[in-house]
Amino acid sequence: MAEIYELTAHQLREKILAGQVSAEEAAKSYLDRIERLDPTIHAYVTVDAEGAIARAREIDARLARGEQPGGLCGLPIAVKDNICTLGIRTTCSSKILENFVPPYQATVVEQILAEGAVILGKTNLDEFAMGSSTENSAFAPTRNPWDTTRIPGGSSGGSAAAIAADLAALAFGSDTGGSIRQPASLCGVVGMKPTYGRVSRYGLVAFGSSLDQIGQIAKDVRDAAILLNAIARHDPKDSTSAPEPAPDYTAALEGGVDGLKIGLPKEYFGQGLDSEVEQAVRAAAAEYAGMGAEIFEVSLPHTEYAVATYYIIATAEASSNLARYDGVHYGHRTSRKGDMIDMYSRSRAEGFGAEVKRRIMLGTHALSAGYYDAYYLKAAQVRRLFRNDFDNALRQVDVILCPTAPTPAFKIGEKSSDPLAMYLSDIYTISANLAGIPGISLPCGFSTDGLPIGVQLMAGPFEEKKLLRAAYAFQEATGHHLKRPALTP
Amino acid sequence: MKITAEMVDYIAHLARIELSDDDKLVFSGQLESILEYIDKLNELDTSDVEPMVHTLDISNVFREDCVRPSLPPDAALANAPDRTADSYKVPAILD
Repeated sequence: MAEIYELTAHQLREKILAGQVSAEEAAKSYLDRIERLDPTIHAYVTVDAEGAIARAREIDARLARGEQPGGLCGLPIAVKDNICTLGIRTTCSSKILENFVPPYQATVVEQILAEGAVILGKTNLDEFAMGSSTENSAFAPTRNPWDTTRIPGGSSGGSAAAIAADLAALAFGSDTGGSIRQPASLCGVVGMKPTYGRVSRYGLVAFGSSLDQIGQIAKDVRDAAILLNAIARHDPKDSTSAPEPAPDYTAALEGGVDGLKIGLPKEYFGQGLDSEVEQAVRAAAAEYAGMGAEIFEVSLPHTEYAVATYYIIATAEASSNLARYDGVHYGHRTSRKGDMIDMYSRSRAEGFGAEVKRRIMLGTHALSAGYYDAYYLKAAQVRRLFRNDFDNALRQVDVILCPTAPTPAFKIGEKSSDPLAMYLSDIYTISANLAGIPGISLPCGFSTDGLPIGVQLMAGPFEEKKLLRAAYAFQEATGHHLKRPALTP
Repeated sequence: MKITAEMVDYIAHLARIELSDDDKLVFSGQLESILEYIDKLNELDTSDVEPMVHTLDISNVFREDCVRPSLPPDAALANAPDRTADSYKVPAILD
């Protein structure tokens, strides 16, 4: 008989609606497990046990009155700590916001609360979402539940670890260059970045405004679809929110992949790709062929320029977005005496970690007079070439299949002294953010060390339904998503 | 491209981040190697390519210019490092 925390979100929802499990029992099951395991995993920055239980009781009361609290009825959900939660500390895993309590609610949080969700707490990330390992958190790294000497990936490492270790039923992450998909891959869970504009960014602390999207980290594909249903709609508070109506992503998950054209980009299978990852991903393609899909080779010729392009655009946008942390209205202010400029410079020097400073400096340089044309403008031009590459490839095939990350999870500390080596681990995920298209990572096997390997699917703008259908077919045929790390509570 | 100490000083000043001498040394080395890597973009001829800053084909997203409830002053000031009843307190701007 499965423990409550072992259930998927859709299984748990069924039990809550059937009256077999109360929302309070569900919340306590997860909170109890968090208390036992999170001292080791450190998935959470803030756990709101009191708030979660109070909220769960409220949901139970509504159920008792015969009401239907919503599609996420009683589900305990973790929220990445760069998403503003009204009244709950939101730190972005940075000292500069260590005590910041948002006076407003992010739209996605409002949306899940309107569907009856229960918020367990805020998960750890690389500071301001800048990183690929969660080692850049100002509050200690999160550990990969499959091997606690290794990183969970980043920047949504806390959310991915929480799902892998059954410390939440569902989780939000954010993805600017792969920050949902890569940690999902390294932690053996499902992670999806929707099309740019599909989900509101209102309340997501901005890093790269033309790249950022909030998305789902989940135990399986149906769970990812359920969460997407709650958040995929136009938001008048976000002027970059797409007007496109959203379908029911849980309908027709079982459609199968007969006749689906799948393209493997040849540039994604070259140097730098771990041989076990390559093997697992090619096996995934063969699995799809066995289900009736047609496999083709495609080309995304500008792939080798992805990391360079991203690190100009993302850092340039970050340097602008992080200018607001100046010690004036909120966040850390230096206690050293000086004038206004001193106040800004010292507050920022004291509050930001090294990676954040590095990226702000890079972005500031790329936008400065005399360098703007050579860097930012050039990168924006190359960005269009990425979009053209995907448009061309997606005229030939329906879905692109490739690795999510070049290697399984590496050891804590292994890449943290070489920023460029860390940046290169985003090579397969970055292009989707540059082009604005959706991508999903799902578990496709394990390395000989027992570390999860993920396969990534990408499709055209607003084709999340197609992606989820393809992902669901693979999941049902293989069952990798059913494995859980061996953790002693 | 070579990143000189003067350039690091200038960038730090633009970014309003105070850097120690050690910081400057470490950052100049790291920025230099990252920028060297980024230089590979110059291999591409983009002379006829329209820059792409936004991936969505929407523009001029407006709303009606009417007053709506917004953040009350106390909520806005709640995280202030230093405040009066209705203002943020900061060091003098003018001498």
